[in-house]
Amino acid sequence: MSDDPFATPRAKNGRAPDARRVGGWLPMREYPETEPVDFVIVGTGAGGGTLTGRLAELGFSVVAFDAGPWFRPLEEFASDETEQNKLYWNDRRVTGGENPLIMGGNNSGKAVGGSTVHYAMVSLRFRPEWFKSRSRLGYAVDWPLDWREMWDYYAQAEQALKIAGPVSYPWGPKRPRYPYRAHELNAPAELLARGAEALGYRWSPTPLATVSAPHGLSPPCVYRGFCRFGCSTNAKQSQLVTFIPRAVEAGAEIRDLAMVGRIETGNDGLVTGVHYFREGRWGFQAARNVIVAGYAIETPRLLLLSANDRYPDGLANSSGLVGRNLMTQSNQAVWGLMEQEVRWNKGPPSLALTEHWNYEDRKDFPGYYCWMSQGPLPVEWANTLIGSRGLWGERLRQQMAHYNHQVGLKMVGEMLPDEANRVELDDKEVDQYGLPVSRITYRWGEDDKRLINHALDQMQMSLEAINATDIFRQDNDTNHLAGTARMGFDARSSVVDADCRSWDIPNLWICDGSVFPTTGGVNPSLTITAIALRTADRIAALAARGELARRHRSVTVGAGHALAG
Amino acid sequence: MTDRFPGYDVLSKRHSPSWNEVTRQVVNRRLAVPREPRYFTWDEFVTLDAICDRIVPQPDHRPKVPLAAYVDARLVEGPGDGYRFANLPEAADAWRQGLAALDAEAQAAHGVPFHRISPHAQDRLLTQAQNGELNNPAWGGMPARMFFEHRVLPDIVHSYYAHPTAWSEIGFGGPASPRGYVRMQLDRRDPWEAAEAYPGHEDRARRQNRHV
Ligand SMILES: Cc1cc2nc3c(=O)[nH]c(=O)nc-3n(C[C@H](O)[C@H](O)[C@H](O)COP(=O)(O)OP(=O)(O)OC[C@H]3O[C@@H](n4cnc5c(N)ncnc54)[C@H](O)[C@@H]3O)c2cc1C
Ligand code: SF4
Repeated sequence: MSDDPFATPRAKNGRAPDARRVGGWLPMREYPETEPVDFVIVGTGAGGGTLTGRLAELGFSVVAFDAGPWFRPLEEFASDETEQNKLYWNDRRVTGGENPLIMGGNNSGKAVGGSTVHYAMVSLRFRPEWFKSRSRLGYAVDWPLDWREMWDYYAQAEQALKIAGPVSYPWGPKRPRYPYRAHELNAPAELLARGAEALGYRWSPTPLATVSAPHGLSPPCVYRGFCRFGCSTNAKQSQLVTFIPRAVEAGAEIRDLAMVGRIETGNDGLVTGVHYFREGRWGFQAARNVIVAGYAIETPRLLLLSANDRYPDGLANSSGLVGRNLMTQSNQAVWGLMEQEVRWNKGPPSLALTEHWNYEDRKDFPGYYCWMSQGPLPVEWANTLIGSRGLWGERLRQQMAHYNHQVGLKMVGEMLPDEANRVELDDKEVDQYGLPVSRITYRWGEDDKRLINHALDQMQMSLEAINATDIFRQDNDTNHLAGTARMGFDARSSVVDADCRSWDIPNLWICDGSVFPTTGGVNPSLTITAIALRTADRIAALAARGELARRHRSVTVGAGHALAG
Repeated sequence: MTDRFPGYDVLSKRHSPSWNEVTRQVVNRRLAVPREPRYFTWDEFVTLDAICDRIVPQPDHRPKVPLAAYVDARLVEGPGDGYRFANLPEAADAWRQGLAALDAEAQAAHGVPFHRISPHAQDRLLTQAQNGELNNPAWGGMPARMFFEHRVLPDIVHSYYAHPTAWSEIGFGGPASPRGYVRMQLDRRDPWEAAEAYPGHEDRARRQNRHV
């Protein structure tokens, strides 16, 4: 059997890799293709991985698919930025518009565990008002979820991922203590703190999904700083080492290197299963329900690829909103030089943050943002210098020689939904599976630009306050994706309801970053995980009432309000 | 450029607890990159090599990082970028076209191909590409600025800073697993990190760097 996780699938013959052990295996239940399982789940990341675990634990039969390989980090993750490109979704996509989005490693993963395998582990809650940004804050749209209910699911997500955070968090309503103590500050975090204090803002150690003390088979974080390129010690509590083993142990089957290319519907208009490509052939898995969790590009792509005579515009798309309202987050930064040695590559990249401007409404633009300390590795840092300063030649090498003295602050900012920002199918190009690739169009709005400029000014003041020199702004970066299958209150203005169930087809669900109606000013994963935990509970409740395959009449318009209240 | 981290060599740590087996294999493969082009023709490769020398000029006193070879290798072996800009061709096509265009620009301005014009003239052409000031028909509609920003700079510069020689040059700790770091505060150095030479204390840095 091949040792290469890309060559042949590993989850086969009644067993699956145990990512927590060197050479480890777990016994895995397998389901026949022809007998419908309760749930097929497409994608195993923050949304799909969580749901696979929870639905299996709730007693449903589940087969999850991921197009990517099933890694064992302990023996397969190198301390190397370039090699670890293997974690990303590197298949073809076309990106355009006024402000084209950079994809690849900048935006999405392709592996069992999804993008959580390479994410930076920052685990933040939304500010409560963001679930009602239209009615409470006067911009964009409301979510059909209630923040009080989300507060409980956030707590569950934080427990499941053993988030390490401060004893008391400075912003927002009370929350329970984080399961693990906060990590110590590294030098860039200390510098963020000093800058914030000089401006009179509160700051905090960042709640992170990497353990600060041993947990199960995970050792505490060793501060190697390669988190965004995969954690080779398994200190990181990605879905790969948390919900995925839970799923397998609870009886789910997960198929790696399995690309779903099409969702099938039957004569009654309900979905019947998925066509998927694995080991050189297309197979069909029958299912009573399908949950799409491929993230904000692949999810709409799959729904559009599944168009048929009955649904000529794609599945779940009677609103025309599948693929629309794509959002990213502004990820601009300000960089400077310190006299001291900072050595910013040590430790997770964002050990401190300030959410000051997430909780401050006195400003002249809609939307919110926070900023974090930074520690880019050499290729990433060089990429910043060429991208935002256009440096090359001797000037580049000289600037790079200051690597150990650099400091920086990076924002995570809310960008507003705009129907013109979207994912479509390209009419010419196809990928290695023969499927039309995504064509992504993006443009920053005027409000987005105002927010970015505000943040850049603020971060610059913070660096000036600690006497950084040679300060410059990186004004071109974005990261994280959301939207393209938004949740809402009715079938006309949204794709799914509060339970992540599509309005058009009652046994088709979408549960990942694409259901976000707005993005808020914090990183998205904890919210995705919390929504997935909630969805699992809602599915169990609906199943108990016999309402899985059919939408109960009272649960239509306004359902979100009723459920959340 | 002065030697800021005298005697520091990331590779001397390759058998220390900072390197795991998979990292050793990855870096070995990188150091053994084939030096002959597999995608480009030799003529194209010579042009590419000349561009690499201007984008990342390298000192004479140490073996050169074969940047053109890395650009070529990635086009053959992948992985891809995961996207392409709507107004740029796929990486391999963009490179082929861009190299031809830079040669055509050099021919038009100086009567010889790019690698034969002076380093100064090469820099001038590359700067014009960066500013979007080139539009010889050989570009075939591909915007020179986009090619420079999104192919020339990243493909060459990423290759350089992925190389242990560059890590040593900038004092980067390099691979760090299973052993990570312990001293996280400002102005603190773990004994297995590069020591910086401060004026008058170069010898001490050199001594420390022998024991990383
Ligand atoms: C560099 C980087 C750093 C980040 N850091 C943070 C952070 O610190 N904090 C934070 O909150 N967020 C962070 N994020 C964002 C976070 O990783 C994502 O928002 C989150 O993982 C998205 O979850 P998801 O379930 O929607 O999709 P993903 O986690 O991306 O999972 C989708 C999965 O679906 C699979 N898939 C897609 N289509 C198909 C198909 N047709 N068939 C089979 N499989 C398919 C993919 O292979 C993938 O594994 C970061 C992202 C990046 C790129
Ligand atoms: S710093 Fe911690 S979380 Fe990040 S890769 Fe290292 S051990 Fe993993």
